[in-house]
Amino acid sequence: MTPPESDPEEVSTSPAPLAAQAPERAESRLDGLRRLTRMRMFWPLAILALVLLFNLIFNPHFFSVTIRDDHLYGALIDILNRASSMMIIAMGLTLVIATHGIDISVGAVVAISGAAAAALIGGELVLSGGTGMTDVTQAPLPLVIAGALGLSLIFGMWNGALVAFFGMQPIIATLILLVMGRGVAQLITNGQIITIYYSPYYIIGNGFFLGLPFSLYIVAVVAAVLLLLTRKTALGLFIEAIGINPTASRLAGVRARTIIFSAYAVCGLCAGIAGLIVSSNVKSADGNNAGLLFELDAILAVVLGGTPLTGGKFTLVGSMIGALIIQSLTTTIYSVGVPPQVTLVVKAVVVFVVSILQSERMRNLVGLKDRRRGTR
Amino acid sequence: MASEPVPMLEMKGISKWFPGVQALSSVDFRMHAGEVHALMGQNGAGKSTLVKVLTGVHPPDSGGIFLEGKEIRPTSPQDAQKLGISTVYQEVNLCPNLSVAENVSIGRHGSSLFVNWKEMRRKAEALLGDLNIHIDVTAPLSSYSLAIQQMVAIARSLGAQAKILILDEPTSSLAEDEVKMLFTVIRRLKAQGMPILFITHFINQVFEISDRITVLRNGHRVGEFPVVELSRMELIKKMVGREIAEEAGGRAERAAPPSLGGTPFLKVRGLGRKGTVQGIDLEVTAGQAVGVAGLLGSGRTETAQLLFGIEKADQGSIEIEGRPVKLASPLDAILHGVGFCPEDRKSEGVVSELSIRENIILALQSKRGVFHTLSKARQEEIARSYIDLLGIKAADLEVPIAKLSGGNQQKALLARWLATDPRMLILDEPTRGIDVAAKLEIMAQVMSLCDKGMAVVFISAEIHEVIRYSDLIVVMRDRKKVAEIPFGDANEQAVIQAIAGAES
Repeated sequence: MTPPESDPEEVSTSPAPLAAQAPERAESRLDGLRRLTRMRMFWPLAILALVLLFNLIFNPHFFSVTIRDDHLYGALIDILNRASSMMIIAMGLTLVIATHGIDISVGAVVAISGAAAAALIGGELVLSGGTGMTDVTQAPLPLVIAGALGLSLIFGMWNGALVAFFGMQPIIATLILLVMGRGVAQLITNGQIITIYYSPYYIIGNGFFLGLPFSLYIVAVVAAVLLLLTRKTALGLFIEAIGINPTASRLAGVRARTIIFSAYAVCGLCAGIAGLIVSSNVKSADGNNAGLLFELDAILAVVLGGTPLTGGKFTLVGSMIGALIIQSLTTTIYSVGVPPQVTLVVKAVVVFVVSILQSERMRNLVGLKDRRRGTR
Repeated sequence: MASEPVPMLEMKGISKWFPGVQALSSVDFRMHAGEVHALMGQNGAGKSTLVKVLTGVHPPDSGGIFLEGKEIRPTSPQDAQKLGISTVYQEVNLCPNLSVAENVSIGRHGSSLFVNWKEMRRKAEALLGDLNIHIDVTAPLSSYSLAIQQMVAIARSLGAQAKILILDEPTSSLAEDEVKMLFTVIRRLKAQGMPILFITHFINQVFEISDRITVLRNGHRVGEFPVVELSRMELIKKMVGREIAEEAGGRAERAAPPSLGGTPFLKVRGLGRKGTVQGIDLEVTAGQAVGVAGLLGSGRTETAQLLFGIEKADQGSIEIEGRPVKLASPLDAILHGVGFCPEDRKSEGVVSELSIRENIILALQSKRGVFHTLSKARQEEIARSYIDLLGIKAADLEVPIAKLSGGNQQKALLARWLATDPRMLILDEPTRGIDVAAKLEIMAQVMSLCDKGMAVVFISAEIHEVIRYSDLIVVMRDRKKVAEIPFGDANEQAVIQAIAGAES
């Protein structure tokens, strides 16, 4: 504590700046907290942490991860695996919502993609001696995947064309596919539920790689590609500009139609990838029920993640967190033993609380805007 | 001065603080019955805040508001309106799809469950009749011009038993004849004893219509002056707080106009589009400033839209540097070296939630394409250089552009176009709604680039501005080009005559 005697100058100068610094530091800490709560990722992460904290207290088993057959097992891994399809859909939908659009046909595209994959595989059960099943497919796996994704992309482009080139309202344009899509899926499956008897296909939604679910690697690849596309090129800037002010963007030379079209196309493709994961996970394609009401969870995931439905500034990572929130919520509700018939009510209540939390943030934003106007 | 009656409205010692800004510091303001009182000041001087305190949007931190001697505390615009303080805004905030009559009486049906349509129509007609406006009140509001819509908004205020009428930038979107109409109405109301608070950026109009001026600067009241005791220059000095040469940067002070030999940058023949403009011939040479004058609806903006590819022309030809081009989208025009500052900054210019940096580089990035991304460092460098060049006042590059004042937003939009290194810049009303200093800075910058070889097409409703800055004035009337007046022959009289045409 005592300063060295040998340097009297330092003694005389050091206390003053120290005294000046102390309150400044406290202020900057407060400032830091304020800045932290204003960060896009703060609220989604806080909500996720809250759900996990709840489990830590009431459901200690939740965090146990065991290794079996070189695979990681546990509720957390289960959540990650189950949320993978929703994370991918939510990312695609984020791009659409950022352009001030919406795509309510993602669930239908999930069904179409799964149906196409199952139809290409063929659904024949060939019994054999030892394991009871022989892997038979009519088309090679790459072709199965390419076919299903290609079809999903085409339907995404259909949505994009209706919105960008025919000027249809997004909710109406994608409502058409929402209605039509399940019919298309059943047309592909001939109205049947096709069971898939081809074990290499199971890897997509059930497999493990280096101890982790294979689907997570798909999520990682999709996220990496989309993040690179939107943040390392000007695409993200253009999407946000279009979402905030389409007229001004067009006047600044942004190719609004092409970009809006592409956003819907990518969203369709993402739903298609999710369709592969879902059909692989349940080893069958059900045109009627696969991906049912996924669009609602996906919209919720995007909004929970911090991308406003009014478009503009978007966050892909936030949407992934949003999907994780929804899945951990669902798993938590099941694991704490809420009777199945009331799970939806509990989920709704939690979502309601979360929305209120977020809308307080909206109120802050509104407050900021008022201040902005006031200082003019 | 003789002993003055008790003011109709008195605001005493009003202070208002926003985080980081003292918007108003102990401002006094008063209005008497039957006077038109202009509130003047640059952007950020505190005009809007004062009006918002008066209309209940913001509660004051200190000070009191007295209406007819009684203290009032309006808590919301609705509350203020009930107390008799009515506001008509620049952007008329009525319901365009409802009829005029409904707009006049909306929200004032009283407690009755049913609407007496006949009575409503009669009342609306009577109120508008008082303003000498005779229109079909059953037609939707949107079928009328903005000027009429403002009259409807005024009639609505009168119907609400207004004791004070606030007109916030009422003339910004009006053509000159419409302004005349508005002023007739203002004079009529004034004669009836209505105190009118008039907020505008148009100094000429202040001198034309108001009796008294209160000047604000940086949240302080500079003073209250009878109009007759103040000259134009004195007023500007009081607003700006420093000496500025009002007429700086005009054509007369600039270098001689460029020789007009050689290929013009832009050559337009018989350009037109069904329903907008017809048969436009135009030539713009590098280094030349062409002014476009005309009334609202004369085809000024429509011409600019064709030149920038916002609307596709269906007649005539456009040549850029001697080569015929088709401009099917703004991007086409940008790729040919054309830039365009649109008329409506808010809806066509700024992308409000994006940062200043993003707004500035947006057009340049579009020009380069999605995949030729400018690095963040390069973006910052570009943004910073234009912020310095144009004197944009901003805390930092990442602030959303919506947080800037109107003048600074307009400068940022100019920066967006300058960053694309344009060969020709089209400016549609670049100085609307921004303060004097910013206006002069923007025009000085544009003119200096013009001297360096950029072609400029300058559209403005303010004739003296067009005359001041242009080498050549193109006059539009009834969606046609009717005259070309070179700088040497241009004076207000000549231009007005051309605008008005032979019949007047």
